[in-house]
Amino acid sequence: MHPVRKQRLLIVLAIVVLSSIAIGLLVFALRDNINLFYPPAKFSAGEVPHDVRLRAGGCVQPGSVVRDESSLEVNFQLVDPTGKLKVQYEGILPDLFAEGEAAVVNGVWRDDKVFYADQVLAKHDENYMPPEVAEAMNNGEMHQATCEGAEYDS
Amino acid sequence: MAWQWFHRLGSPRWFYEKTGRWLVWFAPITIALLVIGFTWGLAFAPVDAKQGNSYRIIFIHMPAAVLSLAGYYLMAIAGGIGLIWKMKLPFMVMKSAAVIGVAFTALTLITGSLWGYPTWGTFWEWDARNIFMLILLFLYLSIVLLGQVYPEQEAADKVCAILALVGTVNVPIIYKSVDWWYSLHQPASIKFTGSSSIHPSMLYPLLLCIVAYYCFYTLSLILYTRQEILAREARTKWVAALVEPGTENRVKG
Repeated sequence: MHPVRKQRLLIVLAIVVLSSIAIGLLVFALRDNINLFYPPAKFSAGEVPHDVRLRAGGCVQPGSVVRDESSLEVNFQLVDPTGKLKVQYEGILPDLFAEGEAAVVNGVWRDDKVFYADQVLAKHDENYMPPEVAEAMNNGEMHQATCEGAEYDS
Repeated sequence: MAWQWFHRLGSPRWFYEKTGRWLVWFAPITIALLVIGFTWGLAFAPVDAKQGNSYRIIFIHMPAAVLSLAGYYLMAIAGGIGLIWKMKLPFMVMKSAAVIGVAFTALTLITGSLWGYPTWGTFWEWDARNIFMLILLFLYLSIVLLGQVYPEQEAADKVCAILALVGTVNVPIIYKSVDWWYSLHQPASIKFTGSSSIHPSMLYPLLLCIVAYYCFYTLSLILYTRQEILAREARTKWVAALVEPGTENRVKG
């Protein structure tokens, strides 16, 4: 390779490497802000501030969803392997919201340790299969990666 | 001497004439693959157990996302080759890839938000992957716009190539974003190692759609680059002869 071209090749590589390092460090420094939500573990550990708007996300604990009979109010618990969070929400839930599925809620965590949500988003998983296969695989008890290993009983 | 074949690749005329012969059979194959892939995915693949029919947008959304990422590398590599060897053709390819990249990234964002509404419950969320995908769109857009503000083509090409190279780090960030951060996006379904978490009856049409999109991307790139070649080489003899046979002696080469 011609020496001039070799030098230009080195310059091109230097641009890619140096800018990648710069942007990489920037993103690394901002990593906590890029997370969309706090997991229940952070709430249980007390690392989440009260009375500020934020998002929480986790698995909807099977059996925890309680719907109010006279209004749209619904209470449920988000869990992950080491934490849990009580959520209260009034409104229409997305179609894919279900027990044992992940959800992301947007709202405020008050001092009474209840998360008052004004938006609930369903997080669907990476598994795609026809209904027959889903039924054949097990008795409908499929949990996605975020829910795997979650202790539902304690 | 060993590099001669490589320099021939850099000849716009060679590219124009070669691809002109390829298009005759490549375009019909691409259209056939797209039609088969979409029909299979949208009409014949089974419904999803949880998402029902709304998951079908994956056949349009996911391959578009793959190509907007792969296309970025193609654009940056073309820009790098142009910078190193000072060839004209790679810069034309880079410009074409930027314009097509805008289209594919916009398609990804639009179909993604149409998918997000019935499944997540929102058209847009500041999820890591969404944010970096939006940055990718702005990168493509700024490369297209930057190419138009310089009066000299050479300066424009150089600046665009440098910006393209600087943005490359965004591609792995988008790809790994779902693993690095808590996000609304699900982890990858198609895995290079281990078994995929998408049922074969849906995986095969999806893979076919990806192949069809790759062909469609290549076809768009060839067509746009040919157009770019004609525009930039308008004053050469061979283009003049192509446009109006018999006039090549009257135009200065």
